Amino acid sequence: MAQHDGDTGAAAGSELVKSPGREVSPGTAVIAPDAFENPGLPPHSDRVTDLDPKKEKEAERVVAGMFALSIVGTVMAIVAYIVVPIEPGDLNSTRLNNLFVGLGIALALIPIGIGAIHWAKNLMTYVEMTEARHGTRGTEETRAIAANVFTLGNQESGFNRRKLIRNTLIGALALSPLPAVVLFRDLAPAADPVPLLKTTLWDKGIRLAKDPSGTPIKASEVTLGSVFHVIPDNLADAEHPLEEKAKAAVLLMRLKPEDLNVSAGREDWNYDGIVAYSKICTHVGCPVALYEQHTHHLLCPCHQSQFDITQEAAVIFGPAKRPLPQLPITVDAEGYLVARSDFTEPVGPSFWERSL
Amino acid sequence: MRNSSSTDVPEKRATGRRSPLATVALIAIGLLTTGGGYALFSSTAAAETPTAITQATAEEGQKLFAANCASCHGLEATGTDVGPSLYGVGAASVDFQMATGRMPLAMNGPQGQQKPPQFTQEQIDAVAAWVASLAPGPEVPSDAALEGGDPSVGGELFRINCAMCHNVAGAGGALTEGKFAPGLLGVEPRHVYEAMVTGPQNMPVFNDMNLTPQDKADVIAYLQFLENNPSVGGFDLGSLGPVAEGLFIWIFGLGAIVGVAIWITARPN
Repeated sequence: MAQHDGDTGAAAGSELVKSPGREVSPGTAVIAPDAFENPGLPPHSDRVTDLDPKKEKEAERVVAGMFALSIVGTVMAIVAYIVVPIEPGDLNSTRLNNLFVGLGIALALIPIGIGAIHWAKNLMTYVEMTEARHGTRGTEETRAIAANVFTLGNQESGFNRRKLIRNTLIGALALSPLPAVVLFRDLAPAADPVPLLKTTLWDKGIRLAKDPSGTPIKASEVTLGSVFHVIPDNLADAEHPLEEKAKAAVLLMRLKPEDLNVSAGREDWNYDGIVAYSKICTHVGCPVALYEQHTHHLLCPCHQSQFDITQEAAVIFGPAKRPLPQLPITVDAEGYLVARSDFTEPVGPSFWERSL
Repeated sequence: MRNSSSTDVPEKRATGRRSPLATVALIAIGLLTTGGGYALFSSTAAAETPTAITQATAEEGQKLFAANCASCHGLEATGTDVGPSLYGVGAASVDFQMATGRMPLAMNGPQGQQKPPQFTQEQIDAVAAWVASLAPGPEVPSDAALEGGDPSVGGELFRINCAMCHNVAGAGGALTEGKFAPGLLGVEPRHVYEAMVTGPQNMPVFNDMNLTPQDKADVIAYLQFLENNPSVGGFDLGSLGPVAEGLFIWIFGLGAIVGVAIWITARPN
C-alpha cells in the first residue's frame, strides 16, 4: 500500500537541504577552514511496512487492536464504577473504586495515543520533509495597510484633534489600578513585623503547659529522660493562638544536672536538670523535636541539623547557624514550672533586621 | 497473503527468536517466586513466636539472668562498663527488650536491633519478675490497659509526641549517627505501651504524668487504626514521605516520559 518510491524521496530530501533558503549569514563568526559541514538528513530508507505487505497488515492490526483495547477500557471504567461503588463511611471502598475506575480510564486513553503514534510511524506516508524558516517581517504592502489603519482610526475618532477627550482618557486609565494598590497594601502586616518576631507569649511567671491539653506541668512530673511538648498556659487566651504557638513552642527535657554544661549567666535557667529550648529550628524554622535521651542529641527532621542539649543546644551538625534559644525556667510556689522571662533572643530562623 | 502469514509462524520459531514478551514474563515469574518465597519464610518465622504464659518464679529468672545477661549487666544487675544497671527499670523494660529480641544484644552498634526473641515468654516473665524484685519500676501493662482507646485523640497525641521520630504514619525514620526510630505497624500493643513507659535505648520516657494511661491506650488505638485501614490514596510507597515519593516519580515517572519521547521520535524499522 506504500504509495511513494523510496529513491525519489531520498533525492527530494537532499535537494531541499542544499536549497539556498537554508544558508544563513555567518555574521561576525570566524569560520575555520576545516569547519564542520552540515551533513544534511540521513538517506531515506524504506520501513518494513513499506516493503512487506505482511508487516503492513500486522501494523494495521496492532493499531486497530490498540483502539479496541481503548473501547474495553472505557467499558471497564463504567462497569467498575457500578460494580465497585463508594460506600458512605467505608474508606476502603473509595480506594477500590478509585483504583478500578482509574485503571479503566487509563486503559481507555493510553492505547489511543499509542495506536495513533504507531499508525503515524508505520502506516502513514513516509517522506523526509524540510521546511525552511522565513523572515518575520511583513511585506511593505502589509505594513502600509497596518499603518493606514491607525491613521484612519485617528482621523475618524479625532483622537489627536480632541485633546480634552484624549487627556482625560489617559488620566482615567492611569488612575484605574489605584484601588488594587490600596487593597493589596492591606495584605501586609499593619504594624512593623520585626518586633513581633522578637517577642513570644512567654513572660515571667507564665506556666509551662502540655501540648495540646494545656495542663500545667509540675517539675516532679518530668522524670529523667522525659520529653514534654510544651505551650505557654496563656496560649488559649491569645488573639491568634496558632500564630503564637508557632513562635512559643518549647521542648522540655530532663537530664542529669551533672550532664549539663551551663555557661556563665545561665546558671539559674534550668531547674534541677530540667531544660526548656525553643522547638523552632534556627535554620528555616522546622519543629526540632527528635530527642535522643542518652546521646542528648536533638535532630531537626527537615535538614538534619543536630543540636547538643548538654552544650546548651549548640549546633554539632547540619545547616543551622545558631543554637536553639533557651527558655529560662524555674518553679513557682505550687511546684509548677514557670518561665523566668521571655526568650532572650528571637526564636527561629534569621531575618534581615535581626541584630543578634 | 493470509496463507503465507500463517505458514510464517513455524518459520519464526525455527530461527529461535523469542517473543519480546518472554523477557517480561521471565522477570514476572522471578519476582513472584522470590516474593512468594520470602512471604512464606517470614510467615513461618512469625509462627515460631512463643505464646504460652505460665507462672514464673524470680529464682528461675535469676538463673537465666546469670547465664544470659550478667556478662554485660553484672551478676547482681548493677551494671558494668559495657551495660547499664537494671535497678528500677522494671518488668516492663525487661519484657520489651527481650520479647522484641533486642536483648540479648546481637552485636555492638548504634542501637540494639529487633530480632526473633531468643527466649520463651515464660522465661522472659521469669527474668522480668527477678529484675522487678530488685527495685520498684514500671510493670507490664494489663491487657485491659491496652484497649478502649480513641483513635482520633490518639492521632493528635501521636502527631505531637511521636510522629517527629516515628513518622506520622508510624513508618519509622532516621535519627543521628546510624540510629533510627523503628516502624510501629505490626508491633504488639503491649510493647508499644512498654516502650512509652520505659523509654528504651534513645527513645525518651513518656511517663504517666506526661501521657496518662488513657492517652497511651488512645495512641495504641490510633496505631491499630493505621494497621487495619490501608492507605485510601492507593500505594503509599512505605509512607516514607516526600523524599520517597519524589524519588519514585523522578525515576519512574520521568523515565517513562523520556522513554515515550524517544519512542515517538525514533525512526521506524
